[in-house]
Amino acid sequence: MTTDFKYHQYQIVGRHLPTEANPSPSLYRMKVWAVDEVCARSKFWYFIKRLKRVKKANGQIIAVNEIFEKDPTVVKNFGVWLRVLSRTGYYNMFKEFRDVTMNGAIDQMYQDLAARHRIRASCIQIIKTAVLKDEECKRPIVLQFHKEGLSFPIPHKVVRPSEKKYRSTFKASRPNVALF
Amino acid sequence: MPYTRLVEVGRVAMINYGKDYGKLVVIVDIVDHARALIDAPDMVRKPFFFKRMALTEFKLDIGKTPAKKDLIAALNSSKAFDNFAATAWGKKLASRKAKAASNDFGRFKAMIAKKAKSAKVKAALKK
Repeated sequence: MTTDFKYHQYQIVGRHLPTEANPSPSLYRMKVWAVDEVCARSKFWYFIKRLKRVKKANGQIIAVNEIFEKDPTVVKNFGVWLRVLSRTGYYNMFKEFRDVTMNGAIDQMYQDLAARHRIRASCIQIIKTAVLKDEECKRPIVLQFHKEGLSFPIPHKVVRPSEKKYRSTFKASRPNVALF
Repeated sequence: MPYTRLVEVGRVAMINYGKDYGKLVVIVDIVDHARALIDAPDMVRKPFFFKRMALTEFKLDIGKTPAKKDLIAALNSSKAFDNFAATAWGKKLASRKAKAASNDFGRFKAMIAKKAKSAKVKAALKK
């Protein structure tokens, strides 16, 4: 299992502290993406206090579990529904990615929003995620990889050093990148 | 189209970076414009960047993401890895490996053999 994802998926279960009026408060389960467990707990409180009358001062976390990909060796389409804060205001977005893990897709999503919209990670709220069937996908960037018998050339090939230590800033000769 | 080595399901590629350097793998699915899912008999299937692999002329007749035993069967029936070793590229890699593995005496013998050969060539040219 690769552990080089920046964001991990956690399932967090929390509730309001038992009171005399309500000795068995209902449990709330949430799936959040965070860099570690501590941040995941913080995210849980951030969202739950917007949704329910529960906050960190009067609540407790029952369980925190990291969720791992069931089959990280199969390519899937991931859909991500988002709420993002831009310089002007809040927007909703739907994005699709192709990857083998949900964590990989979420990492792609953060990179994509940073690149296309200059949106920082702290301004992104993930509303919902899903694994999409091929026929459920909408975005052309994902649809182009569903073609039967897909094939394409790599027309531009940069020969790179076999290891990082063999990298050099300056080369004696200009590389030939054409590939036929 | 001048291109004969395409990124497609079944294409045999060689990894040219990292700990799997020099390993022959098979593209079993295309993830996106930059990555493919690769597989080989002795590895766990994983996505890999096109940047870090070189495509070979060989292509297996397999479906998307085959089971390991189907992949091995396809490799055995097509003998793609063996055929690769017989190509100029494969021979170059083998000779490079042999040279790196040889000791000082081995290199000395190669030098003597080369001298003897070039002497014969020169003598034949002089006639």
